[in-house]
Amino acid sequence: MTGLQASATDARTRGTRRFRPDPWAAGAFVITAIVALPVLTVLAAAFFPTENIWPHLWDTVLPGYILATLELMAGVAAGTILIGVSTAWLVTACDFPGRRIFEWALVLPLAMPAYVVAYVYTDILEFAGPVQALLRDIFGWRTAKDYWFPEIRSLGGAIVVMTMTLYPYVYLLTRSAFLEQSSGVGEAARTLGCSPWAAFRRVSLPMARPSIVVGVALVLMETLNDFGTVDFFAIQTLTTGMFNVWLVMNNTGGGAQIAVVMLIFVIFLLVAERAARRKRGYHDTSTRPRLPVRFVLRGGRKLLAVLVCAVPILIGFIVPAGLLTSYAIEFYDVSLNNRFPQAALNSILLAALAAVVAVMIGLFLAYAVRLRKSTLLRNLARFASLGYAVPGAVLAIGILFPFGAFDNAVDGFMRTTFGISTGLILSGTIVAVLFAYVVRFLALAYGTLEAGLGRVTPHMDDAARTLNHGPAQALIKVNLPIIRGSMLTAGILIFVDCMKELPATLLLRPFNFDTLATYVYQFASDELLEECALGALTIVAAGIIPVILLTRVMGRNRPDQEFSIT
Amino acid sequence: MKFRLLAAIALIAAPMTMTTGASAAEVNVYSYRQDTLVRPLFDAFTKETGVKVNVVFARSGLIKRMQAEGRNSPADLVFTVDIARLSDIVNAGLAQPVKTPALEKAVPAEYRDPEGMWYGLTLRARMIFTSKDRVEKGAITSYEELADPKWRGKICTRKGDHAYNIALLSAYIGHYGEAKATEWLKGVKANLARKPQGNDRAQVKAIMEGVCDIAIGNHYYMALMLGNDKQKPWAASANLVFPTLAGEGTHMNVSGVMLTKHAPNRANAVKLMEFLVSKKAQGIYANVNNEYPIDPDVKASPLLESWGKFPRDTIALDKIADNRAAALKIVNSVGYNDGPVTN
Repeated sequence: MTGLQASATDARTRGTRRFRPDPWAAGAFVITAIVALPVLTVLAAAFFPTENIWPHLWDTVLPGYILATLELMAGVAAGTILIGVSTAWLVTACDFPGRRIFEWALVLPLAMPAYVVAYVYTDILEFAGPVQALLRDIFGWRTAKDYWFPEIRSLGGAIVVMTMTLYPYVYLLTRSAFLEQSSGVGEAARTLGCSPWAAFRRVSLPMARPSIVVGVALVLMETLNDFGTVDFFAIQTLTTGMFNVWLVMNNTGGGAQIAVVMLIFVIFLLVAERAARRKRGYHDTSTRPRLPVRFVLRGGRKLLAVLVCAVPILIGFIVPAGLLTSYAIEFYDVSLNNRFPQAALNSILLAALAAVVAVMIGLFLAYAVRLRKSTLLRNLARFASLGYAVPGAVLAIGILFPFGAFDNAVDGFMRTTFGISTGLILSGTIVAVLFAYVVRFLALAYGTLEAGLGRVTPHMDDAARTLNHGPAQALIKVNLPIIRGSMLTAGILIFVDCMKELPATLLLRPFNFDTLATYVYQFASDELLEECALGALTIVAAGIIPVILLTRVMGRNRPDQEFSIT
Repeated sequence: MKFRLLAAIALIAAPMTMTTGASAAEVNVYSYRQDTLVRPLFDAFTKETGVKVNVVFARSGLIKRMQAEGRNSPADLVFTVDIARLSDIVNAGLAQPVKTPALEKAVPAEYRDPEGMWYGLTLRARMIFTSKDRVEKGAITSYEELADPKWRGKICTRKGDHAYNIALLSAYIGHYGEAKATEWLKGVKANLARKPQGNDRAQVKAIMEGVCDIAIGNHYYMALMLGNDKQKPWAASANLVFPTLAGEGTHMNVSGVMLTKHAPNRANAVKLMEFLVSKKAQGIYANVNNEYPIDPDVKASPLLESWGKFPRDTIALDKIADNRAAALKIVNSVGYNDGPVTN
């Protein structure tokens, strides 16, 4: 039964009136319109610039920005696939010492803000750092010109840092995909004479491909909108270029035009991701995966497996967390002032609230699209999700203007009508910050829940409706219990991301308001790692618990449906 | 359900954080300067007057925020770290003139807007640092010489499109014109030891590391490094040069303040402005941040005094601001941020 028929039947059974206002479609329309405002604001600025410097940008820096961005994305994609897929396969298909610990520990780097990891490795690997100092002591070198050492502040350095903090996306999704399939198909391949390696290459990997693609698409979006790491490493990407044109040169049109180039990148990514998921022709027909049988690794292979899993955790989590801890202890008197606890509280409350709101809105949109089966609605919802790939500073500006316009319109109306001024209602309040978080991370919620709902057969809805439940009741009584896992997944990811969010918070926040990220930033922006260690560590700590929860949740559910962007 | 929730959140949040309009004892500040640097001054002001200072700090975008907020913007004052932003705000029509005897007496005419749209609060000198071991004293005395081919592979700077470098290049344009400034920057780029990166301190560190012999940086970073145990050796590796530009003197930039057009707490805002140029506040600036006081009658910190007096470039600050767009285009067109590699 299609949605249209369903509502027709609905109307007939109620028999009261022929035309009912459609709250789901109307609600979805209003929500997407509001959420799309920031991106639309940026587009408007790009196409109607006051001073057009596009020709200058195109002749000078833009090709370089595009090239550097592509190189960075290619490197990070390759790195995250290599690490994410290999570790996912090891922990699901093989047995070796520490496997159960690695299973969740591999997700830990997700809690680390990439720019903090960048600071840490610069501290360790630069000339004055301990590694080079040791080498100089051993070999008797004196200056940097006496020997060669890889430059951490480089494209290569950025690729390594971002790979190490972002590979968990690929790992999580691929692992879930392997978990789902590991029982039946892997064994079938083995009985047909495949070696473990051949079974992996010829069966497991192709079947997991859609999940891998979704993970890589997420990683690439994060790569594209990263500002902190690339700025610190002096890589001239589209994001840093846009930042300079827009906010340093104060040329809104030019900045917005670079933002449009970035949106084109994103749309390309989304299309590629959709295509990869559509082509998914393989299904495991068994409904209940049995406990997987793992290959027991021995000798050299055992050692290799441990190494492959341990190194990313070491680089992406243990070393940075260790250094931060030692700095935090040494400099706690500098970093721990009376503003710190309030900042921590603000961060946690705001991130939790944003997660709840984004999940509810994402659910509403996904369910409305499911109910009405309208292509228009679906495309609108996807457009609203573009905020995920827009750098935070741009998003913030895209929010400032519509909010300011709204506030001033209300104020103007009240002044002329009632002679009272309402001032700013939304601008400069935590509502603006919250809105930024929701716009930024709605994609995670919508995508995840759309996929989660896709897993619930429409017959369930129909059954509920025959019991005279309305769509809302059907959602609450039938769908919600089934997609609880998806909701939790989306909520946790959004929470962790909000804890780390900096640029939009910085620009939109109320007076005298700090989150952990802005608190850390006031030291970090001066490259004073020691002073910001405690705050950074708190962001990480607040992220760890949900991240570990996430592994559990995602181990239980079907992966590629569990989780996707738009 | 969603809307009800949002409404509930708005209701809870609004009284907590609602942007305050005019009230008896407050002044609202948008600051491009880190709050940690200005907080001691605000605390002193509150202690003296009982007026509370509310701050939003961001490194960029605050001007957009004011534009969006329009006539209801709660901001009374804007603090900036360079002249360009001050002029941006004036050009956007978001400033209002203010003139009081105290302000005009403390701030010399060259460091304030003739109409009173903005006032400098402190001065920062853009210096050259040279390696103690590898560069003889007096071997370089001017910005022009940074383009001299004899320094091939010897110079480190932060990125070319950073506000401080843009201001220096703008001053250069002011003296010599765009064509010569382009040639000069090409020369400096060719002399770079590495791709521009890091902040001003990182350049001095690079001198200590032997990566380069000459660096450009603001003067107070030297003071900051000397006050930090870990960074002391960096500072110790370099000599200080107060370079000349067009035979005049060292390029100076201001950190400044301006009154916004729609300031709801105008009286308190002006009170704060006057406080900041008072001998007391100028003394705090001088000794806490090691910046040069705007008021020539206030002594710089003992450290800065020990560096001696030096001639200053006399080019008008608003001219520097006017040349900024041209400067950024030059930085882009010579590909300064790509570093020494020719492309």
